[in-house]
Amino acid sequence: MAGVAVSTTINGDAVEYLCQPDETLLEVLRDRLGLTGAKEGCGTGDCGACSVIVDGRLVCSCLVLGAEAEGRKVETIEGMAHGDQLHPLQQKFLEHAALQCGICTPGFLIAAKDLLAKNPSPTEEEIRFGLAGNLCRCTGYDKIVRAVQDAANVMKGA
Amino acid sequence: MNFDPRFSGRKFASVGTRPIRPDGIDKVTGRARYGADFNMAGQLVGRILRSPHAHAVIKKIDTSKAEKLAGVKAVITAKDLPDLTDGDAAMYDILDNSMARKKALYDGHAVAAVAAIDARIARQALKLIEVDYEVLPHVTDVDEAAHHHAPLINDQVFTEGLEEKPAKPSNITKRTQFGHGDVHKGFAEADFVIERSFKTEQTHQGYIEPHACVASVNADGTADLWVCTQGHFVYRQHCAQLLGLEASKLRVTSSEIGGGFGGKTHVWAEPVALALSRKAGRPVKLVMTRDEVFRASGPTSATSIDVKIGARKDGTITAAEATLRYSCGPYAGSWAEIGAMTAFACYKLENVKTVGYEVLVNRPKTAAYRAPSAPMAAFAVESVVDELAKELGMDAVEFRIKNAAQEGTRSSYGPVYGPIGIGPTLEAVKNHPHMKAPLKANQGRGMACGFWFNFGGQTCTDLNIGMDGSVSLAVGTVDVGGSRASLSLVAAEELGIDYSHVKAIVADTSSLGYNDMTDGSRGTFSSSMATISAARNAIKILRERAAQMWDIPVEDVVWEKGHAIAKGEKHGNLSPLSLKEIAAASGKTGGPIAGHSELVADGAGVSFATHICDVEVDPETGSTRVIRYTVVQDAGKAVHPTYVEGQYQGGAAQGIGWALNEEYIYGKDGRLQNAGFLDYRIPVCSDLPMIDTQILEIPNPNHPYGVRGVGETSIVPPLAAIANAVSNAVGVRMTHIPMSPPRILAALDAEREG
Repeated sequence: MAGVAVSTTINGDAVEYLCQPDETLLEVLRDRLGLTGAKEGCGTGDCGACSVIVDGRLVCSCLVLGAEAEGRKVETIEGMAHGDQLHPLQQKFLEHAALQCGICTPGFLIAAKDLLAKNPSPTEEEIRFGLAGNLCRCTGYDKIVRAVQDAANVMKGA
Repeated sequence: MNFDPRFSGRKFASVGTRPIRPDGIDKVTGRARYGADFNMAGQLVGRILRSPHAHAVIKKIDTSKAEKLAGVKAVITAKDLPDLTDGDAAMYDILDNSMARKKALYDGHAVAAVAAIDARIARQALKLIEVDYEVLPHVTDVDEAAHHHAPLINDQVFTEGLEEKPAKPSNITKRTQFGHGDVHKGFAEADFVIERSFKTEQTHQGYIEPHACVASVNADGTADLWVCTQGHFVYRQHCAQLLGLEASKLRVTSSEIGGGFGGKTHVWAEPVALALSRKAGRPVKLVMTRDEVFRASGPTSATSIDVKIGARKDGTITAAEATLRYSCGPYAGSWAEIGAMTAFACYKLENVKTVGYEVLVNRPKTAAYRAPSAPMAAFAVESVVDELAKELGMDAVEFRIKNAAQEGTRSSYGPVYGPIGIGPTLEAVKNHPHMKAPLKANQGRGMACGFWFNFGGQTCTDLNIGMDGSVSLAVGTVDVGGSRASLSLVAAEELGIDYSHVKAIVADTSSLGYNDMTDGSRGTFSSSMATISAARNAIKILRERAAQMWDIPVEDVVWEKGHAIAKGEKHGNLSPLSLKEIAAASGKTGGPIAGHSELVADGAGVSFATHICDVEVDPETGSTRVIRYTVVQDAGKAVHPTYVEGQYQGGAAQGIGWALNEEYIYGKDGRLQNAGFLDYRIPVCSDLPMIDTQILEIPNPNHPYGVRGVGETSIVPPLAAIANAVSNAVGVRMTHIPMSPPRILAALDAEREG
């Protein structure tokens, strides 16, 4: 099969790659570009561990084709911190111990970033429904919700 | 190395604080490397062909077409994994489960595997493998399998544990019995007796990270395995034995682990990946899909349990009896045995008897799942306890307090308890504001108790002090949920230095001595014991070095708050030497300073919890919502309380999923119908409330800091607590887990039809 040439922007950097027409964006990120922060938990869009933001929209990268990234802006967990400066969500996840094994954490952070971009002052219920597309099996979500609430307060004050 | 593990009441400086975990930053930035995040030069992609049949003889496998496909570098079947188990039945089962040898025993059983240059070619190659199956009758239900007419899964199985060897084979591999006293006499003394039967369906651990490994076998007999596992040392032993490698030549590195909950204590695909690498002569990466995870890894047992409890009018339990049937998958296990041991462990009983039956079924091999076997037994027992309390007109908590086990009680499974937490958790629940909160229509409250043994086991740590005074701690238990933080706290505590100067890592199998599997809630319990021991050994050397620097007898040097102190008036002119100063001089005083520890961490303190749950049931749909949840559990000593809370909350959440929704659904064809997170739905954020926790600290006398394991007990009470809450909400006793909407509606209909 002939590869598809793709020019895209990932975390602010211009990136070019060749991928197969049936290759997912998740496979491209992980296997071709070495961006392994997005995880494959299911490959069917049910767990959210592969969450990335494409042109401002939260998506499961396992349900997007690599070829579809052409001309778009992709944000992944690797671009969330600014250099040494963690994003407030990253900092609050650490402070609240909102992760145990951590495999779902990149997806939760991306989904929470998208949630707060659209709703800077979410209620607990809005956070719970806003993050309902991401599965965590370790925490029972309690500390994740609290970390997002705390981060929202910090970001509003900033 | 006369290490004294006994508890000594001490004031803590580091233990009990809540610092940020050392591995945290890698995990929030995406840098942490899990099973599938590692690659090697020249790596191939491995894929496994799995049986579509629940039970079938494998008559012939033709791999010739797959082998000819361009890009395929190796195709293997059971022939490439010859039997080297030398009569070890348990190892043979692991081998057969890795790759079916004569029969496929469940939908998803591996029958062949390929390694190819990419995933696409590997998938194509699987389609070119031709397997000739002779389909056999199958059985997936635990009660049907236990019936003497059921299709036989293994005709060499004659039930063990009976007085006489049975004449015919069956699917029941073993009978076990526990208890003491005379239950017949006890029931005769009872004023009230409740007897009920219960069922629980099979669930999966549901870790978000699928099994993943990279295997590399070299021509000289050396090999490397990178893998997500709860026990890399055990994986090394098993893989080395199955592959015919020398254990020391197989280096196993445990990646960051994306959840295990017991499910990553068993090898599955790893021997296959190694065999593929050996045949291809190249590294092979093998990652399960989610479908494979459900069909071929995990799950827990499905169960069928009968419970009978009798009590006098004054609320004293006079006798308790249970018969427990647990599914094991197609291979022998000891799951019912564990259920039989734990069933009545919370109570002080004069007459108690439990009998367990291990039942073979055509489902995946049962794996440990967080306090394996205990939640189902607790569900059955605690349901009857609740019902009996009602019958007696007693409060559910008071009835349990009256019958709770205490220090000195002979447990239902044999040993006599030391100081334990069941009474204190019940008292805490009795006084908890949750118990007094008002309930609305269609709402119900339930509570239940749970027990878990906890485990210690073989443990080894290295503690190395750098010349700058910072400390490297290498441990051999896997960090499943923050143990590098808790173990760093323990090292800092013992040495008297700041947490920030300790860096803990999980060492690979070539860098550290053997460690048992990270199971039985032993990670922090056992590795903290070994860390304390290693730190004390290092302190001995630090004192010797200080004595040398001062030129005084070592007996005159004590270690306090991170410093060597010369005691006695004659040394009054000697200022304390800090760990950093002693470390800086180490090159001139005898070389590197380190402490090692190799021990068997005996004395894991048993653990108890009591949970409270409020639910709201929609009588129209049967849908249940947990609206409030409280966990009270004894931690012995919470080393890092935030992560202890996390264990409590996580176990409760898993229990909620199990109680209300999660189950393996098999079709009549014996195929799993819901092998994915869409149809096997684990709780999501919007399903749950905040989960309140209360940590009790009843010190374990067998650990220097009083630590008990905390990881597993939290999943034991939820099934029962939620069943009691739902039963109270709808007015019908729920006896089948999960209490999914159709089951609740059916129970309500049955009640109406009376």
